[in-house]
Amino acid sequence: MNIEKVIFSFFIVLALTLNFGFYLGEIHNPEHHNVYELFATIIVNLIATVLKFGERTQMGAVLLATSLVADLGLIAAALVWAYAVYVAGTGLTGSVTAVIVSLAGGALLANAVSVVLLVVEISLLRR
Amino acid sequence: MNNQAIFVILRRMRAPLLALITTYAVTVLGLVLMPGVNAQGEPERLSFFHAFYIITYTATTTGFGELPHPFSDAQRAWVTFSMYLSIVAWLYAIGALIALVRDPTFQRVFVESRFAAAVRRIREPFYIVCGYGDTGTVVVEALVNGIFSAVVIDRDETRINELALKDLARPVPALAADASLPDTLLLAGLEHPRCAGVIALYADDHTNLKIAISAKLLNPQLQVICRAASHDTQANMESFNTDAVINPFDSFADRLAMALHSPDSHLLYEWLTASPGEPLARRINPPRGTWVLCGYGRFGKALARHMEYEGVSMVIIEATPERVDAPEGTVRGRGTEAVTLREAHIERAVGIVAGTDDDANNLSMIVTARMLKPGLFMVARQNQRENEALFEAAGLDLVMQRSRAIARRILSLVSTPLLIHFLRHLRHESNDWAAQLIGRLQPLINDEAPEVWTVDVTPGGASALHAALSEGQSVSCGQLLSDPRDRDERLRALILLIRRGEEELLLPAADAQIEAGDRLLFAGRRGAARTLDLTLFNVHALRYVLSGASGPNGALWRWLRGEA
Repeated sequence: MNIEKVIFSFFIVLALTLNFGFYLGEIHNPEHHNVYELFATIIVNLIATVLKFGERTQMGAVLLATSLVADLGLIAAALVWAYAVYVAGTGLTGSVTAVIVSLAGGALLANAVSVVLLVVEISLLRR
Repeated sequence: MNNQAIFVILRRMRAPLLALITTYAVTVLGLVLMPGVNAQGEPERLSFFHAFYIITYTATTTGFGELPHPFSDAQRAWVTFSMYLSIVAWLYAIGALIALVRDPTFQRVFVESRFAAAVRRIREPFYIVCGYGDTGTVVVEALVNGIFSAVVIDRDETRINELALKDLARPVPALAADASLPDTLLLAGLEHPRCAGVIALYADDHTNLKIAISAKLLNPQLQVICRAASHDTQANMESFNTDAVINPFDSFADRLAMALHSPDSHLLYEWLTASPGEPLARRINPPRGTWVLCGYGRFGKALARHMEYEGVSMVIIEATPERVDAPEGTVRGRGTEAVTLREAHIERAVGIVAGTDDDANNLSMIVTARMLKPGLFMVARQNQRENEALFEAAGLDLVMQRSRAIARRILSLVSTPLLIHFLRHLRHESNDWAAQLIGRLQPLINDEAPEVWTVDVTPGGASALHAALSEGQSVSCGQLLSDPRDRDERLRALILLIRRGEEELLLPAADAQIEAGDRLLFAGRRGAARTLDLTLFNVHALRYVLSGASGPNGALWRWLRGEA
């Protein structure tokens, strides 16, 4: 067992699950989407990205790319949130929530790809 | 190369970035969770937005105060903790980044990629010069002043820095690296389409040998010019087709021998290989008789062999005769003391050669010998270029200056390859032949060393002349040497050699015909080459030179004259 691999996989899977948790719920209902969960998702995603830095394999490069996509989606979601509440002052209306959640949904897709790639790599390694 | 650098950065930035992200996560989350109150005194927590804002200015030690409301004590306690934690994290991250930039391997990657980019940008034909010592300095300067560019490799960083401070005509990319590694040569543009050749000038024969063989294997078309001090290396280099191997001691000894048996050939040789504009060399007349040779190292041996061949007897003085395998009858001593020189019968000698590898000793020998016997023919070996003034002041008849000797040979090889052929002929001709040629050349050039140049009769090298010859017109050497501004005047130049295929025509007569595809070697006064270019490239000038007719020659005028 390789402890580095454990940590690596842990963060990738955790990023997916947290992202999924935030995404779950009615798309325009702010009650269903927790700010702490978004925060945790962003942090875990950033950590997962940094862990992928400097991998020279083709797989490593694709993993890094998917992670960057997820970061982009999530940070955009957080920015929209901050803008709606503090700059525009509209608060979390249904349409704003829908934008935030759909951005997080995009990130979710990227994270899912990451996990799939991870599983593929592992299954290739076994053989 | 660059990709590699990025991977190195990313890999080494992992830990610092993780530390930063974790610190920010902990401090922001903590600040959000700390209970606080708003302006009305109602309990209210900070939002993520505000917490991130506060941590951002706290972590970077900017500090804007308590926003948006005055903090509760719990929040203050947390901010205090955050400050220490985040400052440490920042210091660590910045420290790691700076350490990375200062890292020698990392810097090396950058220096090399900058060097490679500079080499890629070269548009002129260029030579890779390995070894930037005395000789390299002279060679590079002359190369970039001509039509060539140069790339320099030397092991010594300080020499590369010296080069950077020089004011050269073209930018010369330079790298401190080991040129005997094939990778370094490739980096220096060995496979660059404009690379014309490799010049290996290290004092160490083995390095030069490695450079020569790598260059010949990796790019067989390149011209490879090497310096070699021993005959073994020279033979070895020649065995795999090195284009030119220059042994400074041998070539000097050879020239001294030439001066002994045909002083005029030697003088002509000196004139033609000098750089244009230099004052003309004087004729030297080394006397025949017994010579004293001090120092029997590589130089001494080469000289002794050549002098022996000329039938000149020599008395050798050597400090350690056993070590250098000196012949019988060698006088033991340094040669700097009067005793040793007397023992070598300096009073009976006609010439002295101070040929040790120590400049101070050489000068001392010369001065002592002159006091013992005035009127000696004096030859000295100069090892360091810095001592030039001393050797000039000593009033010697001949100075063997290694770096200049090599540089000259290389430059003639590089810029006028045809000259080498001519000099080979010169060697076989008699002294009278050379004296006659000097007689013809001297009035043309006054007191400056002549310019020697090559003309290719091709569409690119002499467009007008080539076109005229292709149309069936005949052009003789005499016609070509008419001044295109006034055809009754002669150009101050002469044709030394015509190379036609494998055939070589030495000193063609005035009525010798020129053919398309010829290569001509000219020697003449400075500036004559530019005047000649007028005849070679300008149809009107050529027509005037050939027929004396001048006038309009456009299509319209020709039609008006009914010429078609």
